[in-house]
Amino acid sequence: MDKFTTHTGVGVPLRRSNVDTDQIIPAVYLKRVTRTGFEDGLFAAWRNDPSFVLNKPEYAAGSVLVAGPDFGTGSSREHAVWALQNYGFRVVISSRFADIFRGNSGKAGLLAAQVDEKVVQRIWDYLEDRPGATITVDLESRTVRAGEGPDAIEDSFDIDDYTRWRLLEGLDDIGITLGHDADIAAYEATRPSWKPATL
Amino acid sequence: MGKTLAEKVWDEHVVRAVAGEPHLLYIDLHLIHEVTSPQAFDGLRLAGRAVRRPDLTLATEDHNVPTLDWDKPIADPISKTQVDTLRKNAADFGVRLHSLGDVEQGIVHVVGPQLGLTQPGMTIVCGDSHTSTHGAFGAIAFGIGTSEVEHVLATQTLPQAKPKTMAVTVNGSLAAGVTAKDLVLTLIAHTGTGGGQGYIVEYRGQAIEELSMEGRMTVCNMSIEWGAKAGLVAPDQTTFDYIEGKPEAPKGADWDAALAHWKTLVSDADAEFDKEIVLDAATMTPFVTWGTNPGQGVPLGGNVPSPDDFDEPNDKIATEKALQYMGLEAGTPMREIAVDTVFVGSCTNGRIEDLRLAAEIIKGHKVAENTRLLVVPGSVRVRNQAIEEGLDKIFIEAGAEWRGAGCSMCLGMNPDQLAPQERSASTSNRNFEGRQGKGGRTHLVSVPVAAATAVRGTLSSPADLSSVEV
Ligand code: SF4
Repeated sequence: MDKFTTHTGVGVPLRRSNVDTDQIIPAVYLKRVTRTGFEDGLFAAWRNDPSFVLNKPEYAAGSVLVAGPDFGTGSSREHAVWALQNYGFRVVISSRFADIFRGNSGKAGLLAAQVDEKVVQRIWDYLEDRPGATITVDLESRTVRAGEGPDAIEDSFDIDDYTRWRLLEGLDDIGITLGHDADIAAYEATRPSWKPATL
Repeated sequence: MGKTLAEKVWDEHVVRAVAGEPHLLYIDLHLIHEVTSPQAFDGLRLAGRAVRRPDLTLATEDHNVPTLDWDKPIADPISKTQVDTLRKNAADFGVRLHSLGDVEQGIVHVVGPQLGLTQPGMTIVCGDSHTSTHGAFGAIAFGIGTSEVEHVLATQTLPQAKPKTMAVTVNGSLAAGVTAKDLVLTLIAHTGTGGGQGYIVEYRGQAIEELSMEGRMTVCNMSIEWGAKAGLVAPDQTTFDYIEGKPEAPKGADWDAALAHWKTLVSDADAEFDKEIVLDAATMTPFVTWGTNPGQGVPLGGNVPSPDDFDEPNDKIATEKALQYMGLEAGTPMREIAVDTVFVGSCTNGRIEDLRLAAEIIKGHKVAENTRLLVVPGSVRVRNQAIEEGLDKIFIEAGAEWRGAGCSMCLGMNPDQLAPQERSASTSNRNFEGRQGKGGRTHLVSVPVAAATAVRGTLSSPADLSSVEV
């Protein structure tokens, strides 16, 4: 998993609340046997609409999704996080995330940054006035920034300390466990020899 | 204070314990199949990781393999991709795989025990919720998700919060014709589908001790259906006799060492469980489900319930919805329900004893005119054993379909599915809406009830067969 310290990228305003995992990636896209390639299923139903934000060329390089409250509700499919990452998103900003989605994001290395609802509104307005504008998300200082001068937006976001630490260090669950390799090896050294083996 | 069996096994596998964090638990055996493993292997590839202990890992093809023409290429493209991917992954990562055509191929929870790989005191995981089956040997065995499969592949460990323990004591003896399946269906109707949530359950008492290993597996298999994390039974002479001589069982001095350890694997007399349930086996009768979860069951001699029979508003609504889905009228005697398809198989009831029992009841009878009987052995080894004993002929002569090994109609991922509104009596473990095929209606039953139902065409027990012309 790549370390996440700070990211600056094109912001995509998704003016919708209650974006559930079925909308993020419909079930028909789940048949793949890989962890990559889910970008074609991302928001598949909405992308049929030419006016959908991701269909506009200004947002083609989007990497920071800015969504309404209750993002990632519904079934716990990890594919929702993979689809966002496969498409190129590094960050989702919302005023409220579903717990399971937030958990899955942290594990996979997608930053779920929770901000005040008013901040989401301001960022939406800012991005819609300037399609293709970038947002900076700084995990060290837990801040989101957009623009300069009097219009500039700068505010803090919430993320729990543990997830922040994992993202900063680039540690997935397996990476953390492998950090205890000496403990595992010591345990293995004491396993009785009569325990069964498959090879 | 003493320890429960589950605590003993758990504590023996803790690699790392830090206050405020889940335990890091060592896994003795990791079972793998084609449906929940592809992305786990892909994750390893993306991160450049290896399988830490291929020698503690075993893969089989079971969930979506065909039970007819299994020597031909798999017709369904998604099933074929999943099976091909498993074959490639097993080859790339050095994992032992039992493929279609191999004598050890079959349902992952049938294969582990028959190889002797499932032993007392182990920790066993698999990306499948019915991994609890292996608890019958006094192992802690539970299902995991795909990202956990990847974790175990890479580290042979799993971070786990220690569950609470529960004792389910079943006193007395089961009457003749009443099976482990009836016992566990009765238990689930008693507790509801969430009653075991957060617990490792130890099944104990005279009725459990009197069960064969296969019966104990049937009970442990359905632990997940009442929400338990895992279910187990203390190993005893029945367990040791079953394991001895199996291909991967310890031999010679290893056997003696293993046996000495296994004999310590009982709950201490002064151990305390967080919860206890006591049931009386003598009151149990053949038990069948009428609804769309395994807790919605009644004795075979009972009637389809009415929403009015329940006090809780939620239960009323659930009953109404279930009756509608199942196409049943409240008050109908269960015995009058006509069944289109009888399925004998699955990791709950697809072992050799199950097939013997079914054959014994069916022998000399014919499958009813408007009913089909599908007999699907849990593994190729079970299938071969049945053929050796001539059971296949009994089934075929009765008009049953005698199939190859796999999960088959338990979950209908292969072509063995119910048509919409088709009704089944199934020896499997889940009667959820659409489980056996879109719109299919499932009644969970024991093997004797399945066999008798196939002959009479309505839900029946062997006792009802005396009135049928032989
Ligand atoms: S037989 Fe059914 S319950 Fe058992 S492993 Fe297969 S699909 Fe799962």
